[in-house]
Amino acid sequence: MSTERITGAEAVIKCLLEEGADLIYGYPGGAIMPIYDELYKYQDKLQHVLTRHEQGATHSAQGFARATGKVGVAMATSGPGATNLITGIADAQIDSTPMVCITGQVARHLLGSDAFQETDIVGISTPVTKWNYQITSADEIPEVMAKAFYIARSGRPGPVLIDITKNAQMEELDFSYEKCKGVRSYKPVPKIEPAKVQAAADVINAAKKPMIVFGQGIILGEAEAELKAFIEKADIPSAWTIMGLSALETKHPLNVGMVGMHGNYGPNLLTNECDVLIALGMRFDDRVTGNLATYAKQAKVVHFEIDPAEIDKNVKTDVAVLGNVKDTLAQILPLINKNDHAVWREEFKKKDAIEFDKVIKEDLHPTKEGMTMAEVLEQINVASNDDAVIVSDVGQHQMFACRYAKFSQTKSNITSGGLGTMGFALPAAIGAKMGVPNREVVAIIGDGGYQMTIQELGTIFQTKVPVKIVVLNNEFLGMVRQWQQLFFDKRYASTEMINPDFITIAKGYHIPANRVTKREDLAGAVQEMMDSKEAYFLEVCIEKENNVFPMIPTGASVSDMRLS
Amino acid sequence: MEERKFTISVYSENHLGLLNRISGIFLKRHINIESLTVSESEIEDVSRFIIVVRTSEEYVKKIVGQIEKQVEVIKAYFHTNDETIYRESALFKIASDLLFDERQIQNIIKESNAEIVTVARDFFVLSKSGRRSEIQGLYDKLKPFGIMQFVRSGRISVSKEAMNISELLKY
Repeated sequence: MSTERITGAEAVIKCLLEEGADLIYGYPGGAIMPIYDELYKYQDKLQHVLTRHEQGATHSAQGFARATGKVGVAMATSGPGATNLITGIADAQIDSTPMVCITGQVARHLLGSDAFQETDIVGISTPVTKWNYQITSADEIPEVMAKAFYIARSGRPGPVLIDITKNAQMEELDFSYEKCKGVRSYKPVPKIEPAKVQAAADVINAAKKPMIVFGQGIILGEAEAELKAFIEKADIPSAWTIMGLSALETKHPLNVGMVGMHGNYGPNLLTNECDVLIALGMRFDDRVTGNLATYAKQAKVVHFEIDPAEIDKNVKTDVAVLGNVKDTLAQILPLINKNDHAVWREEFKKKDAIEFDKVIKEDLHPTKEGMTMAEVLEQINVASNDDAVIVSDVGQHQMFACRYAKFSQTKSNITSGGLGTMGFALPAAIGAKMGVPNREVVAIIGDGGYQMTIQELGTIFQTKVPVKIVVLNNEFLGMVRQWQQLFFDKRYASTEMINPDFITIAKGYHIPANRVTKREDLAGAVQEMMDSKEAYFLEVCIEKENNVFPMIPTGASVSDMRLS
Repeated sequence: MEERKFTISVYSENHLGLLNRISGIFLKRHINIESLTVSESEIEDVSRFIIVVRTSEEYVKKIVGQIEKQVEVIKAYFHTNDETIYRESALFKIASDLLFDERQIQNIIKESNAEIVTVARDFFVLSKSGRRSEIQGLYDKLKPFGIMQFVRSGRISVSKEAMNISELLKY
């Protein structure tokens, strides 16, 4: 293989290009300046987006990764630059998002000397990375970078952090690049056991009342077509976790909605009535299961999963089918009997009718004067023809977005599911829009989370990325306020927000902005936003004390879902 | 769920930071590590961790799953005491005059199968390996005479079942 003599900094850029990472997010600083100097030289080949905070860089990289399925890349300097990445890294870890973070580090001879902007970022990031490594010599760069991308994207994806000392960036090396094909201690995809696939098929074929809960594994494994073929042949009502949303189009007749704390009434209650529960690429998060002691105890549980550590972690499994769900679903399909569960499907419809009557009707067609979050989502559905990428933040608006946004294609719901990171949506929407520029990307954000990363309006202004930003303003940290109302006798401790003039702020960044305070203006305002060819900010003033229902209170059973 | 002592055995790459990553798995779950030993294994460049914890079987299974998931871990196992051969080692530093003045100490040393590693003018050093109870027994017998320093290693163990690590490394 031919080699060339280049600096470590240039080698980093070449590695990124070799891995197809031609769009990265970051923020410069002392210890990473040699790499930024090379970014300047390579700017026609590799676009670097200057975010306004390193946390924004990670969330943008995550948004990019979630919308495209590619590895997102974020870059920061040592010390505070590196520590500011941690929230995004932790978010990517728990939501299995492929991301490579590159941090500068003080020169090798200064390590451990408490040098300026020195921090032990490898130590700090260890619990929240899939893998991390400190490069202290330039000749390590090609192999380590190749390994970083391989580990980030293979198996169950996750974040990888590579810390590069300044001397390694400045030294020269003989550069050649070879993509990583494997790591001997790491088996990203377990071998499929045909006997398990058969055992799963036997259980599923014998089921009278089967139910599926699918998660992000379907999206990460690109198994959407396999999922559809499987559920249609076996005729199984299919619910999704928040991370699985959009893997199956909303209007599919077997799509029965969301499980979990603020999910739909039917799939939650019927989790405790089904005879076989089939979990596909999901991990039985506590927000999904409620009280484990009363979760699906009557059902046989079949778990399709790529990560062996998830089997029996929270819910005991009767049959575990390890492997990439795309492959295991393809293998089980011929073993599955064509079936008709019409009577069982009716049960979901009956529960849907109850939920519509008690919750959805008032959410979508309120009799009260104040606007609801659901109405806004419904207008976005109309204006986008159910085909926008919806990037939500964390809180009430997130639950409304997941409950009411409609989807026609996969990788369209981007939200911080596991970590629940407020401030995620605005920067994530930037990454998503840059990743899928031909799609409409709408960020749905509460007034609280918006102000956690509001500085990224600067990134939007500078890059002209045409994201649509909707702030649902109820002048409260609404989800916490809802809990205070329900469980803390309405003691609204530190949840009321006295907000600035968001329109003036958007205008300060030269972003067209509009505020809606009356229902009759809503449809027109949403349409105007969607018609805009550039970035647009829309604030909708929402009824202050609206709640998200249905709800499974913490620690309660999925059977005890409250409708009010 | 009944708590018992388990020996977790980890084969891994010998990489900087892995100890931190593995100990973090216990920290995150609020599990106290009773002892931890890291050394080379029978395979070149492969490290072996022996970690002793007291927990339930259900929990140790989950911990081993989380350990095995780490990129640089080749394989992790857990065993009960009955499934392993295990030892600990201890060193006792004792004033030399006791060796000559207290005849009883010589008998204790003889009976304990301990080895005298060195004898200096002021002190001598005893080495004893065996099960925890045997080391503790020797400690209890020597304590009344005065022990200048005492240190005990973590558990080292080998399993009765075969561990086909070399097989796993072929890919």
